[in-house]
Amino acid sequence: MSDGPTTPPSAFAGKLRRLDAVWFYRALFLVAFLGTWQLASGPLLDPFWVSSPSAIGATLVKWTRSGALQYHLLVTFKETATGFVFGAAFGILAAFVIGSSDILRRTVDPFLTAVYGVPKVALAPLFIMWFGIGLAPKIVLAAVSVFFLVLFSTIGGIAQADRKMVDALRIMGAGRFTVHRRVTFPSALPWVFSGLKLGLPYGFVGAVAAEMMASNAGIGFLTQNAAGQLDTAGVFAALFALMVVTAALNEGLGRLEHRIFRWR
Amino acid sequence: MENPGSTRRDFGPARAALDIEFRKVGKVFASRKGQFEVLRDFDLEVRKGEFLAIVGPSGSGKSTVLNLMAGLDTPTSGTVACHGHPITGVNSEIGYLTQHDSLMPWLTVEDNVAVPLEIRGIPKAERRERVRRMLADVGLGGFEHHHPNQLSGGMRKRAMLARTLIYDPPTLLMDEPFGPLDAQLKVVLQADLMRLWNATGKTVVFVTHDIVEAITLADRVIVLSHRPSRIKLDEAIAIGRPREVHEARFAPGFEDHYRRLWSAIEIGGAEKTP
Repeated sequence: MSDGPTTPPSAFAGKLRRLDAVWFYRALFLVAFLGTWQLASGPLLDPFWVSSPSAIGATLVKWTRSGALQYHLLVTFKETATGFVFGAAFGILAAFVIGSSDILRRTVDPFLTAVYGVPKVALAPLFIMWFGIGLAPKIVLAAVSVFFLVLFSTIGGIAQADRKMVDALRIMGAGRFTVHRRVTFPSALPWVFSGLKLGLPYGFVGAVAAEMMASNAGIGFLTQNAAGQLDTAGVFAALFALMVVTAALNEGLGRLEHRIFRWR
Repeated sequence: MENPGSTRRDFGPARAALDIEFRKVGKVFASRKGQFEVLRDFDLEVRKGEFLAIVGPSGSGKSTVLNLMAGLDTPTSGTVACHGHPITGVNSEIGYLTQHDSLMPWLTVEDNVAVPLEIRGIPKAERRERVRRMLADVGLGGFEHHHPNQLSGGMRKRAMLARTLIYDPPTLLMDEPFGPLDAQLKVVLQADLMRLWNATGKTVVFVTHDIVEAITLADRVIVLSHRPSRIKLDEAIAIGRPREVHEARFAPGFEDHYRRLWSAIEIGGAEKTP
């Protein structure tokens, strides 16, 4: 009888080998890229404009020794993380409120889309006017950037919830809350996650952009300050540090996602 | 007509013995292409404890009839009553086993089957115990912690059946539940269904396009006509119970039932709809 469990074929070892190869190629690509840059800087390109990996490395070491890098990174990280948490929480919450009623969703949709279309960075001057030049405007800008991405993604996810699954639950006697908890939320969760993953870098964009306009701390300030001194290596070093943090956080989100969706 | 199965249940006074009742039900669906009328002046009585099979050409209102019983659709005219009162919203007095796989992929088999008990506020320990027994009953013992995507099609059907039976609804609606399964597996699951249903006295309304399946399982088979559907043939099945699913087709009378049902469906297929 064909009524047996379907066990996926275990190709774990082969997968691991492929993964190793991919990591090897990645390292190769990185070395080739940095090597070319290093060699081209000087004979081919003016180091004043393009700097070089070694100069950037030296700046990073200098800043790390003095503690400046950690300080500025932490400021940006705090702004982004706070904004991210607020933006994501409100985004998910708003999506469930809006997504629970078809009429409401269709009513607010054009307005949300209109606001979403505004580049969030353009709101920075407004937030600086409202909230001063401290952490607040950066947090708000990061939050707003994350909010819309998570909101749209989650609303999309809620709309994808299987109607038949909802009906099955209602016939079993489930109320609205149980339907949300057991069907709507879990089926929207992959979309929530893609919203979060998309939102994270935009959160940094928001925070850094606001820093560049008015602040005395953070990665945005650091790049702006280095550029003001015509220190190309400094600009690259600040951007590099930001890149590492963003990549690490994204990787963390990816792992969390993998843990949550083990059923797939 | 000789009916050796009639001793199994004793039907009381007509009204009280009705599980589901359609009175002059009309159902019109509106779509972009225009309106189409699925049911017109449709009357149907399903007795308590009866196993009723509904067959008919595709596009006749078989699934619509079940959705009306489940309260997922509302009649355009007329009334549908369940257990003596008209259905107004989603009917949670029934269990509905759909063709569509509605197991939640993010929950284990155990948690899926426990959902109806969770809705009823049954404590966790009792829930676990009842789920364990029910899974053993449907032949899924040992698969408690599997996720639906780790199960075969037949096993998922079993899990859905377990989830429907566990809260003990007095009425079961089944929409081609074994439709896409292979022939042998279908017979195995039919036998399991018979075994699980026999002692319970539950009313079953079973939609299928398989006449053999209908005769094998049901006390009564109705044939629906093309849209707008009406009952074309109402055939009481004179095969005794308990039935062996793989023996039923050799029972005396099976052939006559088959011929009558088949010709009713065939003629229905050739008929022009108004």
